[in-house]
Amino acid sequence: MPRDAILVLEDGSVYQGYGFGAEGRAWGEVVFNTAMTGYQEMLTDPSYAGQIVVPTYPLIGNYGVNREDFESRRIQVSGFVVREECAAPSHWQSTGTVAEFLASQGIPGIAGVDTRAITRRLRLAGVMMGTITCDETAEQALARLRELPRYDSFDFVRQVSTEMPYTWSDNGPTRPSGAVSQKTMPPLSVSERGLRGEGPAPHIVALDCGLKFNILRSLRRLGCSVTAVPAATSAEDIFALKPDGVVLSPGPGDPALLGYVTETTRALVGKLPVMGICLGHQMLAWAFGGRTYKLKFGHRGANHPVKDLATGLVYITAQNHGYAVDADSLPPGVEVSHLNLNDGTVEGLRHQELPIISIQYHSEASPGPWDNMYLFERFVEMVRGNDV
Amino acid sequence: MCAANKPSKVLVIGSGPIIIGQAAEFDYAGTQACKSLREEGITTVLVNSNPATIMTDEGIADVVYIEPLTVEVISRIIERERPEGLLPTLGGQTGLNLAVALAEAGVLDKYNVRLLGTPLDTIRKAEDRELFKQLLLDIGEPVPDSATVTTQEEAREAARRIGLPLVVRPAYTLGGTGGGLATTWEEFEEVVAGGLAASPIHQVLVETSLVGWKEVEYEVMRDGAGNCITVCNMENIDPMGVHTGDSIVVAPSQTLSDKEYQMLRSASLKIIRALGIEGGCNIQFGLAPHPVVANGDLPGRPVTRDGLSSPYYVIEVNPRVSRSSALASKATGYPIARVAAKIAAGKTLAEIPNAVTRKTLAAFEPALDYCVVKIPRWPFDKFPYGDRQIGTQMKATGEVMAIDRSFEAALQKAVRSLEIGKRSLLWEDAAWTGKPWEDLPLHPHDQRLWAVVAAVRRGASIEALAGRTGIDPWFLMKFGSIVGMERRLLGETLTPALLRQAKRLGFSDEQVGTLADRLPEQVRQLRRSWGVLPVYKMVDTCAAEFDAATPYFYSTYEQENEAAALDGPSALVIGSGPIRIGQGIEFDYCNVHSAWALQKAGMKSIMVNSNPETVSTDFDTSDRLYFEPLDEESVRDILDNEANHGVGNGDCPPPSIVQFGGQTAINLAVPIAQAGLPIMGSSADVIDQASDRRRFDDFVARLGVPQPPGAAVTNVEQALQVAERLGYPVLVRPSYVLGGRAMEIVHDPDELRRFVALAAEAAPGKPILVDKYLEGKEVEVDAVCDGEEVLIPGIMEHIERAGVHSGDSVAVYPGLGLTEAEVDTLVTHTKQLGCGLGIRGLMNVQFIIMREQEKSTIYVLEVNPRSSRTVPFISKATGIPLVRLSIEVMAGKRLRDLGYAVGLAHRQKLVAVKVPVFSMSKLRGVDTYLGPEMKSTGEVMGIDYALDAALAKALRAADLSLPPKGPVLLSIADRDKPEALPIIKRLARTGYPLLATEGTAAALSAAGLSVRMVTKKLSEGRPNVIDIIMDGTVGAVVNTVTGGRVPLQDGFEIRRAAAERRIPCYSCLDTFRAAVQSLLREARDYSVRPLREYLAGAPAHYHQAG
Repeated sequence: MPRDAILVLEDGSVYQGYGFGAEGRAWGEVVFNTAMTGYQEMLTDPSYAGQIVVPTYPLIGNYGVNREDFESRRIQVSGFVVREECAAPSHWQSTGTVAEFLASQGIPGIAGVDTRAITRRLRLAGVMMGTITCDETAEQALARLRELPRYDSFDFVRQVSTEMPYTWSDNGPTRPSGAVSQKTMPPLSVSERGLRGEGPAPHIVALDCGLKFNILRSLRRLGCSVTAVPAATSAEDIFALKPDGVVLSPGPGDPALLGYVTETTRALVGKLPVMGICLGHQMLAWAFGGRTYKLKFGHRGANHPVKDLATGLVYITAQNHGYAVDADSLPPGVEVSHLNLNDGTVEGLRHQELPIISIQYHSEASPGPWDNMYLFERFVEMVRGNDV
Repeated sequence: MCAANKPSKVLVIGSGPIIIGQAAEFDYAGTQACKSLREEGITTVLVNSNPATIMTDEGIADVVYIEPLTVEVISRIIERERPEGLLPTLGGQTGLNLAVALAEAGVLDKYNVRLLGTPLDTIRKAEDRELFKQLLLDIGEPVPDSATVTTQEEAREAARRIGLPLVVRPAYTLGGTGGGLATTWEEFEEVVAGGLAASPIHQVLVETSLVGWKEVEYEVMRDGAGNCITVCNMENIDPMGVHTGDSIVVAPSQTLSDKEYQMLRSASLKIIRALGIEGGCNIQFGLAPHPVVANGDLPGRPVTRDGLSSPYYVIEVNPRVSRSSALASKATGYPIARVAAKIAAGKTLAEIPNAVTRKTLAAFEPALDYCVVKIPRWPFDKFPYGDRQIGTQMKATGEVMAIDRSFEAALQKAVRSLEIGKRSLLWEDAAWTGKPWEDLPLHPHDQRLWAVVAAVRRGASIEALAGRTGIDPWFLMKFGSIVGMERRLLGETLTPALLRQAKRLGFSDEQVGTLADRLPEQVRQLRRSWGVLPVYKMVDTCAAEFDAATPYFYSTYEQENEAAALDGPSALVIGSGPIRIGQGIEFDYCNVHSAWALQKAGMKSIMVNSNPETVSTDFDTSDRLYFEPLDEESVRDILDNEANHGVGNGDCPPPSIVQFGGQTAINLAVPIAQAGLPIMGSSADVIDQASDRRRFDDFVARLGVPQPPGAAVTNVEQALQVAERLGYPVLVRPSYVLGGRAMEIVHDPDELRRFVALAAEAAPGKPILVDKYLEGKEVEVDAVCDGEEVLIPGIMEHIERAGVHSGDSVAVYPGLGLTEAEVDTLVTHTKQLGCGLGIRGLMNVQFIIMREQEKSTIYVLEVNPRSSRTVPFISKATGIPLVRLSIEVMAGKRLRDLGYAVGLAHRQKLVAVKVPVFSMSKLRGVDTYLGPEMKSTGEVMGIDYALDAALAKALRAADLSLPPKGPVLLSIADRDKPEALPIIKRLARTGYPLLATEGTAAALSAAGLSVRMVTKKLSEGRPNVIDIIMDGTVGAVVNTVTGGRVPLQDGFEIRRAAAERRIPCYSCLDTFRAAVQSLLREARDYSVRPLREYLAGAPAHYHQAG
């Protein structure tokens, strides 16, 4: 028999369900994601560290869990909340269920809950702390929740970043090892094939604040040699690797807490072409002297429309962020290149003189639409010294 | 896009009559498009031949033409209206074909009309198999390899290149027969030889077999600036091999990983860009199946992913809004047609607001937080002798959709929505009893879903079933979850937790009752006392990420209810469910108008319906929409949810309107009334009195209105006695059915025995009516009755004599062939019947006029206390808004206060002709002859100032005109020959070439006509009748039949061949006579005018009609 469990939010709302995955309690900031596929990528996305994730799509686990769809070496969410978990997945790649996957890594989940009700609550009241529990009353859980530290007070980046630098080959990370491969990638477009053939392979260093493997796969596929380094790596150590360009990765938490990354970024700017993705984009804003602020319930999904202000074109993007760059805080010379069509928030920056681009969304997709892979091409062109 | 690109006037082409494969979804699309263009300040001109559409109503487009969809007619409209743009992409394939024809005829260039939506070149490419294949290969998208060959050697060569397994499809064979699958070289030789022999032009197509692969569709949009989005994807539960229109479909896809989802999404965007479409597009893919399917024993075992060069193939592209677009719109809330029209008007996706959230824009992709299941509705309840197998030719007339938070519940609600009796997933065919699962009919056919569930129930393993059916294991696992709950309900004590679990899996009270040994009403009471009640959640396009304004809801068993009862007075409009023969789009038309009329009358309209194709289920038609099955449980749950606590003491549920949803809604009157819930308009008792034969007979006898003699019987002996007393022929039918199901004209006791048995099977336990068959003139009226007065907008006279179902008859307004005295009697009878019954609202009465010398007797055949399928036609022909008036009356107004005279309305100076349209080419094995059982799927309207012109246009619009130069094939029953001769003579006098079968040819020769004889003996020499039909020699067929259903074999093949070659086949001499009259007198000067002008009266140079 499944064990009864509840999700309690800090405003006192309680949602009934049953426990799945690991036994025990989970706590964290409760956020929702509206993507309809890609739960394994979500679970392993380091940007979800410290968060309990609620997919709004009700049927989770239908195609199981496989060896290919890892975005990092482990599950990163602190808890998982679903309407229905699939006990008998069906897919040629599947090696197990979501429940088994969660249990194997000690992550508690709750199933059978009214996830739409939770989403509506978060939309109205904003994201908040919550806990999954199966051995307390709602009152006890709420009392415990009030004693726990808040999401915003943590530096999750140190927790998720790699301890050692590693390079990325066509078969995945060379060190540290992990059961991942890079088989499942979008097919190469004609222009990408062309790019791959030209000249010596550019060397890209990715500052791992919570890297997703698909960023490395995408760069590798464009013919780059790729090295991932810990978030706390100094600019000097990065220069010592003789990179042709640097990617500032996505990652979890409040960018205001990451002074050390800001400092590194500031030292890189002007010396090397830089591409910032998500948290990396926010770090660039900080490095330029800008500021970020917390969104009410963030952007998490695979359907957010973003307008490229240079062309007027609209792109459907994968998103996962709770903070945004304040456009008014940016200095002259740094311009907003992309805007979110839903709420007008900043989605991308461009330096008027320096080879620096940044996006708030996820060009590496995974999960989500592949429409923005061209940004990696643009960056590689920039690294090669071509005018973009 | 700059404003200069915005056309100031646009011509929108509708899709014409409802046929299989092109149904109500295009009324929905066209209506949205016209509204959307008008919002942009664009003058819209609409042309459609189908009167039963909302799009052809005044107020939707600026100018409405109800005219045949031909190049000639549309050229005249263009010449007159001078539109800047032509929008053909919302009118189905009909619209696209017309656009190409107009361009090729030079009309678009001549009048400088810009084609909007899809470029001409793309339409042409999409229609040409080879061009299209090349286009996809050029952009690197995989297509299944194929070749068209005419010899065995060519076939072998192609097969060596493509590789086995292959599908072989012969060209132009009856029912597409003669082809097949080849998995070995021996099989291949055999199948190709058979196919070449079967094809009259000795041609077959050999193609890579993807049978058993997953079939996945994407709905994509692109604007003029090049922005692309996907609205939704859908996965067919039936794998490749079954037409997507005949597949059970789920949205979004359930078994695709994110990588697969995105791979196909990216391919879709690439394709719509390459095609240059500005608007919507539907793309279908085959995706490699699960290994247990690939390694299973499905006939023509599919190739594994390793066997082919690509994990997916592009199967089909529809460069326009399609049936799937309508489904995707309803499944997501994203209004595809509306957005497509705005794009055609020059807007970009980022400039179009999301009408659902009213906060975000059309440039986004809907996120679903529920599961949607669509099930097709097939017409085999009406055509039990039809071929029930399904395959690549679509056969469904309609579909249902259901939404819930679990797949199981969405599936079970969709099954409830089908309205096949009260059939739930528990149903099993009697023939399956005791059979092991391996022997169940698991191949694709209309009842496969039940057979597969039955196999699960018998313990079939998921692997074995997947291997056998090609259905992905995930879906079979879900069927297993349903069967598991059945077992629990059978074996365990019913507890609140178990009941709640069952409801979350979509079990109806009726199913729970059957399994847990309780009455459905007891289950309902248990639910109430245990608090196991449904909540309603919103379809908002965004998974609750944004606050949405749409009032579009579905039921589910969850924690939070989002639909608080509406404030103020409201009424529930009960819809008509899936489109089926006998209950078509006409009823949806009435539902939409009743929702609007309620709003005009100051009430809020609440709509409930299960049909995704319709305007009634559009999010802005009513104040609130519940997408739910139309059965007692869901209607009562909705009424409970809408019970307004603010009014008076206690709950006050809104009244229900049951008059507009066909038999579906009428059948709910009694359960609603028994539950103590109010009904607006005619009461349940009034409805019962009109429908119950005994009560109705007594009532009519009291009034003194004549009725054909007859009686209700319950067994064969009684039937034989009654028939003996009345004298043959007699009309036999079950009571309480719509569309003349199982109704027949019977000529002798043997036939009677057979049909009484059949009728008893169609409606078990219900009485069977045996009436004297009167072969007179059939006349029909629709009327509004306020209890004291009636308003009859007009009288409709049928061209075919009584005995042909009214839905299949050609009807003419304003009843030109009737005498003044006859008209007076019709009006008097209608008033007596309506007021006597106490009808409040709409009624439809069918009469037969028998003329003997000077005297005519008018018999009443039936009174339907509800709207009929002629309501849209008569409303359009007379300009009288019947539905609105009846809502006013139902709300308590008097007809006299509504500004319309009572009695028969003033006759319009026009003639309107309604001609039925059939879909017989799609339904293998179904006999096409006209009889008392309805067979048509749609209708067209021809309107003009004189009968000949109106009739000619209507026949033309229905593709029922005689070909101008012939020849016609005649095969006429002996008893019809004397009557047929004068008609044929008229035709022959013009030199029209005649072909005839043996007996008919002899009779015509004897009458001095020149005729070529063709044998109907299929085994004696060629060419026989079938050959000359299939090879295109014959332009039309006249074939009358002698009697009942079984002895029809010799004419059957002729009629089927005509159906499949899509040439007119007249099985009733009255229709043939009208077609001859219209051919011989077809005036070149037929009018092409907006409906409004016809209604304004005839121009001076026309004589008054009649």
